[in-house]
Amino acid sequence: MMGFIWFWMVAVMIVGYVVLDGFDLGVGVLHLFLVRNETERRTTLASIGPVWDGNEVWLLAGGGTLYFAFPLLYASAFSGFYLPLMIVLWLLILRGVSVELRNHVEVGVWRALLDGLFGLSSALLTIFFGAALANVLRGVPLQADGYFFLPLWTNWQPGPHPGILDWYTVIGGLVALVALTLHGALWLTIKTSGDLSKRARRIVTPLWVVLVVLTLVSLAATIIVRPASLNNYFNYPLTFIVPIGVVSSLATIWLFNRKAKPVKAFLSSCIYLFFMLAGACWGLFPTLLPATTGADRDITLTRAISGPHTLAVGLVWWGFGMVLAIGYIAFVYSKFRGKVDLHTDGH
Amino acid sequence: MTAELIHRLHFAFTITFHYLFPQLTMGLALLIVVLKSVALKTGSEQWDRAARFWGRTFAINFVFGVVTGIPMEFEFGTNWARFSRVFGGVIGQPLAMEGVFSFFLESAFLGLFLYGEKRISKLMHWFSAVMVFVGSWVSGFFIIVTDAWMQHPVAFDRLPNGQFEVLSFWQLLMNPWGLLQYAHNMTGAVVTGSFVMAAVGAFYLLEGRLENYARIFLKVGVIVGVIASILIIFPTGDLHGKYVARNQPAAIAAMEGLFHSEAGAGLVLMGQPNEETGQIDNPIVVNDMLSFLIYGTTKAEVKGLDQIPHDQWPTALPLLYYAYHIMAGLGTWFALLMIVSALLLWRKRLYTARWALWALLLSFPLPYIANTAGWMTAELGRQPWLIYGLMRTSEGYSNTVSASNGLFTLLGFMGLYLLLGILFTVLIYREISNGPEAIAADSVHID
Repeated sequence: MMGFIWFWMVAVMIVGYVVLDGFDLGVGVLHLFLVRNETERRTTLASIGPVWDGNEVWLLAGGGTLYFAFPLLYASAFSGFYLPLMIVLWLLILRGVSVELRNHVEVGVWRALLDGLFGLSSALLTIFFGAALANVLRGVPLQADGYFFLPLWTNWQPGPHPGILDWYTVIGGLVALVALTLHGALWLTIKTSGDLSKRARRIVTPLWVVLVVLTLVSLAATIIVRPASLNNYFNYPLTFIVPIGVVSSLATIWLFNRKAKPVKAFLSSCIYLFFMLAGACWGLFPTLLPATTGADRDITLTRAISGPHTLAVGLVWWGFGMVLAIGYIAFVYSKFRGKVDLHTDGH
Repeated sequence: MTAELIHRLHFAFTITFHYLFPQLTMGLALLIVVLKSVALKTGSEQWDRAARFWGRTFAINFVFGVVTGIPMEFEFGTNWARFSRVFGGVIGQPLAMEGVFSFFLESAFLGLFLYGEKRISKLMHWFSAVMVFVGSWVSGFFIIVTDAWMQHPVAFDRLPNGQFEVLSFWQLLMNPWGLLQYAHNMTGAVVTGSFVMAAVGAFYLLEGRLENYARIFLKVGVIVGVIASILIIFPTGDLHGKYVARNQPAAIAAMEGLFHSEAGAGLVLMGQPNEETGQIDNPIVVNDMLSFLIYGTTKAEVKGLDQIPHDQWPTALPLLYYAYHIMAGLGTWFALLMIVSALLLWRKRLYTARWALWALLLSFPLPYIANTAGWMTAELGRQPWLIYGLMRTSEGYSNTVSASNGLFTLLGFMGLYLLLGILFTVLIYREISNGPEAIAADSVHID
């Protein structure tokens, strides 16, 4: 029971991270080619300025939760994904520094460099995160002692000895890139005005078409790569609501965007991300990290779970802390609600 | 080089570079609350601008702290997997609490503080500053709790699968080691913050510009600095040292260079520890002082390294000894300089005493060195243990990550951090050159 609760609590943290940091990553990708002048760029960046750092906290808090609830998984996955994680860290560093410091340097080459870095690191991060999730779904070559070490790529096939990148995980990376860019475009549609908002809204349609195709391809690919991911769905047919949710939220994104209801379209996009991630988690449950080297080596919930005392106490402070956190977050978002006004927002 | 050494260097390098930023964040957060409080109480625009100036500096510093902090949590898993597997249930708890209780709070209110000044009332802006302070200090607390458990594990139980868990949440948080270390460490952060603020004030006065702001910075920096520089020695340093002496005799013996147990042990002020001969070369010693400092009597016996099995000696003994002596020596200098500066301030002579202004200006790097040396003392003193008495460092690193993979990413971090260091220096230099006047009152933008 504890295992079940903590599995879904970690899942909630991941969903929280993707939905929130997702839009500022998407804005990072978009600002490379959507904005036409410095004012638009400042508006674009001011729309995420006060919140991106808080959004990234979900990654840290989620990582910490994963760490103490499932130490074996944390130890095995983090050391096994050593190289890509280090690259992710370097990208997070470059991204954070470039977005915060661009306003501290003069307009010109230095600022352009930081802007380019921000866009590039945002794009690469979405691809890495998508590929990371796909790696977990595909499984890794776990040794008998519960550890593994993945090279960046081998023969690009998701066989028993895959690399971080193969055709399946690349699809995962692309899904994340397109989904989060679209998510960011909807955020910009809400937060900006005039021509910029119109352009952001217009770009949603082509992104949406690509996303629909990629979503279907990734679902099919997942079934091919890991047929067992369907077991939970067939055992509990009610949970087919998840793929239905994915499809219908995709439909409502398009519908609301066409009707110029950006807030509803953005919420649909949040729901889409939620269902995609929840669907992936449910496909895995109760496995946390499947082994490509034989199901007896899978890292499962019961193998990885922390001690009972830790988890019982954790439930209390985690619940309390997250209620508080959601309170501040709601407060900050409410203070910055509405469209960005460059005369009021900035530092 | 062995994988163990690489993984140690990896963590040591990234955490040392990281902690250059949070120590200023935590110290400045308090000082900004002081500035904002005076501004709120007196309605003084000048104090508000002073707060805004330090807010900008704080923001730059904060970003570097955040981006260099994220790798720390990851490295527990990436570089120290065997340790994480066994102790994650304990260590992960305060780390997750830091995220949940501190980072959400800190990031939310920092966003409001930096971007929302015109969207919220003056009182709310002051409150945001207070919350940023609370968030950063709570964050420090959870990190110290984590480290304190590694130094002095309490209330633990070993599960059938070999993992450890803590049976008492409150004992984990109220670990006496942690409380003492927290008091000492946070005072250290305030020392850094106040020296930096005073140094910027001294810099402006020596340059003969921005005098009004310079006086504010000097006044706040010196008043807070003199308090912190005394507290860092007594009681926080004193109590922490006594606690270490009782609980990690090997660490204290190595820190003090005490190779032989002695009743009435002397305090070595200077000298070089010689591991081969087991003595201090060229020592300058204050007789009986060490016994007195630890036990309050000059007669007490202090355990030397000779009573400790050699395989439990701290592995980098001379480095530990030097780190500790540098910290203690600099701590003495901070107290002296700040007491003299505070007297001059009281006699209204500080602003014209150029020699004192030069001393304050040139001393600003020293608290960084002292804080770093202090942490080296704590962590090297714990060796050869990763968790004191429970797991050796040699049993904790990721053995699936080879030495050369570790070296590759260590070099990557070194290169990246070199860039960050240059960028930080340039940006802070510009902020200080521009000064508080450049930040217009009606618009907080500057391009």
